[in-house]
Amino acid sequence: MRTILFLLQKEFLQIKRNKSMLPIIFVIPIIQLIILVNAATLELKHINMYIVDKELSTTSRQIVSKFKASPFFAVKSSSFSLSEAMNDLKRDKVDVIIHIPAGFERNLVRNNKAKVQVIINSINGTVGGIANAYVSSIIAEYNKKVIADLVSVTPNAFSATPSITVTSSFWYNPQLNYKTFMVPAVLVFLVTLIGMFLSALNLVREKELGTIEQINVTPIKKYQFIAGKLIPFWVIALFELAFGLTVGKLIFDIPMVGSIPLVFGVAAVYLLVVLGIGLFISTLVDTQQQAMFIAFFFMLIFILMSGVFTSAECMPEWAQQLNHINPIFYFIRVIRMILLKGSGFKDIVNEFVALSVYACFVLSLAIWRYRKVA
Amino acid sequence: MLFIEAHNISKSYSKTLAISDISFDVKKNELYGFIGPDGAGKTTLFRLLTTLLLPNSGTISINNWDVVKDYKTIRKNIGYMPGRFSLYQDLTVEENLTFFATIFGTTIKENYDLIRDIYVQIEPFKTRMAGKLSGGMKQKLALCCALIHKPELLVLDEPTTGVDSVSRKEFWEMLQNLRNSGITIVVSTPYMDEASLCDRVALMQNGKIMQINTPQGVISKFPKPLYAIRSDDMYLLKNELVNYIDCESVHIFGQNLHYTSKSKVLNVNNLTLFLEEKNHTGISISPINPSIEDCFIALMTENSTSDAK
Repeated sequence: MRTILFLLQKEFLQIKRNKSMLPIIFVIPIIQLIILVNAATLELKHINMYIVDKELSTTSRQIVSKFKASPFFAVKSSSFSLSEAMNDLKRDKVDVIIHIPAGFERNLVRNNKAKVQVIINSINGTVGGIANAYVSSIIAEYNKKVIADLVSVTPNAFSATPSITVTSSFWYNPQLNYKTFMVPAVLVFLVTLIGMFLSALNLVREKELGTIEQINVTPIKKYQFIAGKLIPFWVIALFELAFGLTVGKLIFDIPMVGSIPLVFGVAAVYLLVVLGIGLFISTLVDTQQQAMFIAFFFMLIFILMSGVFTSAECMPEWAQQLNHINPIFYFIRVIRMILLKGSGFKDIVNEFVALSVYACFVLSLAIWRYRKVA
Repeated sequence: MLFIEAHNISKSYSKTLAISDISFDVKKNELYGFIGPDGAGKTTLFRLLTTLLLPNSGTISINNWDVVKDYKTIRKNIGYMPGRFSLYQDLTVEENLTFFATIFGTTIKENYDLIRDIYVQIEPFKTRMAGKLSGGMKQKLALCCALIHKPELLVLDEPTTGVDSVSRKEFWEMLQNLRNSGITIVVSTPYMDEASLCDRVALMQNGKIMQINTPQGVISKFPKPLYAIRSDDMYLLKNELVNYIDCESVHIFGQNLHYTSKSKVLNVNNLTLFLEEKNHTGISISPINPSIEDCFIALMTENSTSDAK
């Protein structure tokens, strides 16, 4: 035990002397939080729109004015030529074209049926889908009104059309605030980044400098050495989480419904997994460069599969299975559940157990793989 | 009393044979040197001794502890100084020493006697980062760190490589003092002149030991009288001596050429006449005592010709 203390003392001294450490600990989290949370949003505003209104009737103008009034759309230009509109679409000047053909109003009144063409740039499928939903809802809204008008001028019909009204209320994030959803995820990235990279690079640095040679001939035990490498970064990453939560609260005012100690409890176990992976990587490689690339490879896969940008539930079956070994997936889910929903320990016990098993496994792997004899 | 016994050890890295079937023994309280050029296998041998590598075959025991089975005991009782400076460059002199003392479960105070002579020289810089020390200072610090737990055996891999000649001399004096205080020392060096400072040396080449002897013994085994020859045109002199009918070997050694003849005794007059015919001036031919380096080169040539056969 005393040996571990001396190792820790040495590690902290070195960390303190490392000039890039303070910025890494304090500046990176703030910048990451501010940039990522504000940038990574799926709320679409000001979609550029081109209107080809070949009719210019009262009805068509009413539809156009609906779009103009919507905060989601910005009508960039309008003309009578669909080909001009298409050119603008190709040049990426607009993303949506609304094409109202001639004879629209006549068809609507005589045949009870009229067509509007909507062309959407869907290079980014998500954006295309959302734009489509907005357009459709605006037209549907208008459609209802038209039906009501027509019905009311036809004396033989029923005085009102039967309809089912859906009133929805959004739980746990009532304003559908994207930031509330993102901050916990970005915090998870942050501690993962700090934990995995610092630990992966630290041990391999001793290999590069040759200092591990001197350590290997001492009676230090393998677990002591690994513990000496693990604990400092574990402490730093937990501190990082506290710091990030504070920043999140102050800048973004994220809700903290659940128990903060529980968040830290899960984080403590989660970090053991991440640090264990980092240490395991560094026992395998010989240079910091190799360690960096391998750590980056895992980080990227874990992050993209974690369900931050695309919901994990939408992924194919095999990907969802793969997520069982993705520590980030567990932790993002848990931290969102606790912070936004106020879930208690009972609700997250499965994830907690999974992370604990994972931590034991990865750490044993790292200790086993670290060789004092080449 | 034998302190280290190594029997028929071999070690290869995938296909390269680094150590091939060597045996040696080191007596207690001996300053034992492994002399050989780069790539002779010295570092591999030392890594085997310090339990950092496992031999492919053969056995090594240190104080009757087996390097494979009793590696834990061995690690507690040896001090190892790798060829590359391997202390923490971002810790100060004092912090490095304290760190290595504490992980061996001791303190600087406890074994201060052992390192005092060396440590006083670097003590003025004790708050300086180890990375900022000069080469000689680094070696002194590394020696202190290897000694701080009072090891019974000190293994030093090329401790004087890259160190200036004054510091080298000081360093060897320290080693001799340590040997006198009862520590067994195994040291390797590519510098032949340092061989004479050891009690016994093993001359290594291509993973083999060519000869084990005292420095005096190595020299006395030199087969033939050795002559130092010089003239005003050294470059031509060497080329012409190689063609001389009685020439066995000729090597450049600083200002002179070291020369041995095929016949048992060199006929100095004949050689002088031969050189005068070739218009050499300022010819001097004088018998000299061979150095370890002469012996090493002679052994190397002998081995390579016998290998060729």
